[in-house]
Amino acid sequence: MGVKCESPPVLKVQNLGKIYGPGCPNCVGLTGPEHGRNVCPKCLSIVAFYGISLELFEAEVLGIVGESGSGKSSLLKCLHLDEEPWCGSVYHKEVGNGERDLFACSAQQKRAIRNKLFGVVYQSPEVGLRMGLTAGANIAEPLLLTNKNKPNFRAVRSRILHLFHQVELPIGRVDDPIRSFSGGMQQRVQIAKALACNPSVLLLDEPTSGLDVSVQASVLDLIRRIQWDTGLPIVIVSHDLGVIRLLTQRTLVMRLGRVVEAGLTDQILSDPQHPYTQQLVASALT
Amino acid sequence: MEENKTVLWIADLEKKFHIHLLGDFALETIKNFSLHLNEGEFAILVGPNGIGKSTVLNCIFRTYLPTGGKIIYRSRDGSYIDLAKCDERTITRLRKTEMAYVTQFLHCQPRVPAELVVATPRLSQGIPMGQALREARQLMERLGLPPNLWRASPVSFSGGEKQRVNLARAFILQPRLLLMDEPTASLDQYSTGLVVELLAELKERGTTVLSVFHDFAPVKELVTKVIHLDSHFAQEFEPQEALGISGVEDIVSGRCL
Repeated sequence: MGVKCESPPVLKVQNLGKIYGPGCPNCVGLTGPEHGRNVCPKCLSIVAFYGISLELFEAEVLGIVGESGSGKSSLLKCLHLDEEPWCGSVYHKEVGNGERDLFACSAQQKRAIRNKLFGVVYQSPEVGLRMGLTAGANIAEPLLLTNKNKPNFRAVRSRILHLFHQVELPIGRVDDPIRSFSGGMQQRVQIAKALACNPSVLLLDEPTSGLDVSVQASVLDLIRRIQWDTGLPIVIVSHDLGVIRLLTQRTLVMRLGRVVEAGLTDQILSDPQHPYTQQLVASALT
Repeated sequence: MEENKTVLWIADLEKKFHIHLLGDFALETIKNFSLHLNEGEFAILVGPNGIGKSTVLNCIFRTYLPTGGKIIYRSRDGSYIDLAKCDERTITRLRKTEMAYVTQFLHCQPRVPAELVVATPRLSQGIPMGQALREARQLMERLGLPPNLWRASPVSFSGGEKQRVNLARAFILQPRLLLMDEPTASLDQYSTGLVVELLAELKERGTTVLSVFHDFAPVKELVTKVIHLDSHFAQEFEPQEALGISGVEDIVSGRCL
């Protein structure tokens, strides 16, 4: 019964896990929500997340929600290949016909995948941008990295200006140092940098969490508009249920490194199943 | 062989809420709810407040996760899908193409103009912006929403205006299955008439409707089935039977108090 999905997922994650520390055979069995901890009592390793499986389809926005320390940002870092997982695999449909584990690729291939296929926006601009450089130079970086052999500076420059326009930043400030930008504008520069190489997946890690509400709203509107115009699939990590409600169709709820609940966003918010999700939904102010 | 006209077949639907926070108990709402709807039927759910009418709709749309029973939906391409259990991707696909739900209150994204709220379902089907907006404006006009509101956000609208935006957003899909929760509750008589006109057109084109109504007199010409929910049991009436004898209000109060 049921209808098969039209096209294969853009991103497929299977049983992904990450342990900080030596790790031991007890790590997985003795941590997680049912034990109320993510530190292994035997070897004191931290089980950042474990057993994560998900699929991301074209034009879809998937939310990952959970409290601080639930492992959601570590998971996103792993999806961006910034960190090696302890176990599990990640597949992208444009790499080896979607059958090649990205972590089995060479360091050089990984760098290329990261630059070409993924765009990422971090909560803190200090992580995603080089604060000593101008806004334009920050956006130029991925463009030059993917076109190392014969960089066409004129084309790069016009791409930067186009992106500046796309994220609604004043063109006149493109050569200003990034330090001189406000928090909301820095997030816009991060978004421009993430979009620079036309990625096929956008990873957003609490993109609006440090911003005041009116700036937060305008950045969310920008993300929504970009998603709308491009159909780009997005994974967004947030602790803010309002952001999740606004942007996503499906949601994973994480607690102590495990997914405790997954489903349609409206179902998660109106009929949460897991005790933690019920607590989370009941605690939201709006 | 007779042509199969089934659109929705619900068998022994059950929904319990496990409340973990306030002392860990299970709240029973509906159980043993069954229903069969053919293409083009216009069925209405009646019953007292809190009996589970909206819960039934929420379960069909998967805003609630059913805890028992089957909700078999026969899709446009003829395949059978159990809405109670199928994967979320199938639900999002059906919501995009053939299943619409007019909730009791409009939920829409802030800072988005009404015409775009209404056009959005068509846009996500890949219809170009120009055409989607044209269709949206046409519908809003037919529902009597004045043009000077089209570019404003529905957040600031009156109850009746919000309700009509909500209806337009569902009608624009020309859904195969239309769920509605008191769609005319906050409308005046004139606007209700406009809505009924559009509902009649949808029905004519084969849309199957399941709707909660407290007062279904305005749509009585369209109704093919009345389902009366009464302390966990559903009873079916022919519309004339339900309306003709004593009026719905009497049936409702007579059976549940």
